[in-house]
Amino acid sequence: MTAKLLGLVLAGGRSTRMQRDKAALQYRPGQTQLAAAVDMLRPHVAQVFVSVRPDQRDDATRRGYEQIVDQIESAGPIAGILAAQSAHPDAAWWVLACDLPFLDEATLADLAARRDAARDATAYRSSHDGLPEPLCAIFEPRTRAALAAYVGTGRLCPRKFLLQADTLLLDPPNARALDNANTSDDYWQAMAKLNPQQFVDQREICVQYFALLREQAGCREEKLVTSAPTPRVLYEELRKRHPFSLAADTLRIAINGEFADWSRPLQAGDTVVFIPPVAGG
Amino acid sequence: MKRFAFSATPLDVAALTASLRDVSCGGFVSFEGWVRNHNEGQRVTRLEYEAFEQLAVKEGERVIAEAQQRFGIQNARCVHRVGALDLEALAVWVGVSTPHRDEAFRACRYIIDEVKHRLPIWKKEHYANGDSGWVNCERCAEAATVAHEHRHEHA
Repeated sequence: MTAKLLGLVLAGGRSTRMQRDKAALQYRPGQTQLAAAVDMLRPHVAQVFVSVRPDQRDDATRRGYEQIVDQIESAGPIAGILAAQSAHPDAAWWVLACDLPFLDEATLADLAARRDAARDATAYRSSHDGLPEPLCAIFEPRTRAALAAYVGTGRLCPRKFLLQADTLLLDPPNARALDNANTSDDYWQAMAKLNPQQFVDQREICVQYFALLREQAGCREEKLVTSAPTPRVLYEELRKRHPFSLAADTLRIAINGEFADWSRPLQAGDTVVFIPPVAGG
Repeated sequence: MKRFAFSATPLDVAALTASLRDVSCGGFVSFEGWVRNHNEGQRVTRLEYEAFEQLAVKEGERVIAEAQQRFGIQNARCVHRVGALDLEALAVWVGVSTPHRDEAFRACRYIIDEVKHRLPIWKKEHYANGDSGWVNCERCAEAATVAHEHRHEHA
């Protein structure tokens, strides 16, 4: 008999590389990534839970959801899966990461339709490396003892667990749907792809030049209309018009008078400064 | 009184020092960076400083706030010159006054080091042979080709 299917959205990460809480990021105004993942998964399962660390239970992004709290520390996503299986041992768990900005309904519907409850797990094959994608996958209840034993020997990689288990591996209907966004660069690139109208339109910005770049540009300031989505692309565009000798990786960026990321989207009216290597004192 | 500032005119060290006088402070340490007549084997005849002042003033203020936080100092200021400077001119001044000397020495060192590394300020050197160059920009590109590590030890 096919076990009842519950949903587990993983939101217990530390977002170290993003330097901001990934669950709280928004790709659409007013909707956190966590809320988007919960809403997408809900129609496919009997109930959705959110996997959290003990210290995250009361934070604003997570407190409105039914939670499964990690019982072991610093074990990554596998701790969430273990805790869920321990709370509802007879259920199958659809595990879903909250940091998949390109996840679409077709991908979820396909996994739901092709689930094979007679296997240990049903998962997609990564379009990057062919290995199982553990963070949008269904773990049947029969994996519970094996997963606990696996973690008991100090192994924490859910992908390797699925590799050695009896996992049904499917090709995803959309190769990019499971690409995750781990860094600020990833976030802004995903934003630009998901909201092209907001970021790709031509807009007027101002560029100010100092020191060597001022001499090579032949001016202190210029206004220009550009479709460059970020300072990184803008600098490459400007290099076609000015004989800039400095490589981008020797420069820093300021936008509107404050240090900024190379991947920060440019908006109409921004003033951008490319900061050459400094030499004060 | 701004704790970090730029000046297009020569610095008045006596007035700057007086501004840090404090009856609760037994120690005062200052650092002066002067325009030197040589750099990396070249004879330097004069300098120009340029700054992105809008951002540099904010970052300079952050540096001083950090020094205050780390070393518990009472008072600190830093003023940096912009524009054309002749040899021997005073290019940058840092002053710290604090109840005891150790914190004053350490905070002064911290402020000048961070100012040099973090603030958007650039220095163009003019050489005796007629050449000129932006320090750390043009000459670092050359450095890569001669496999020579540049350490810029001026003020």
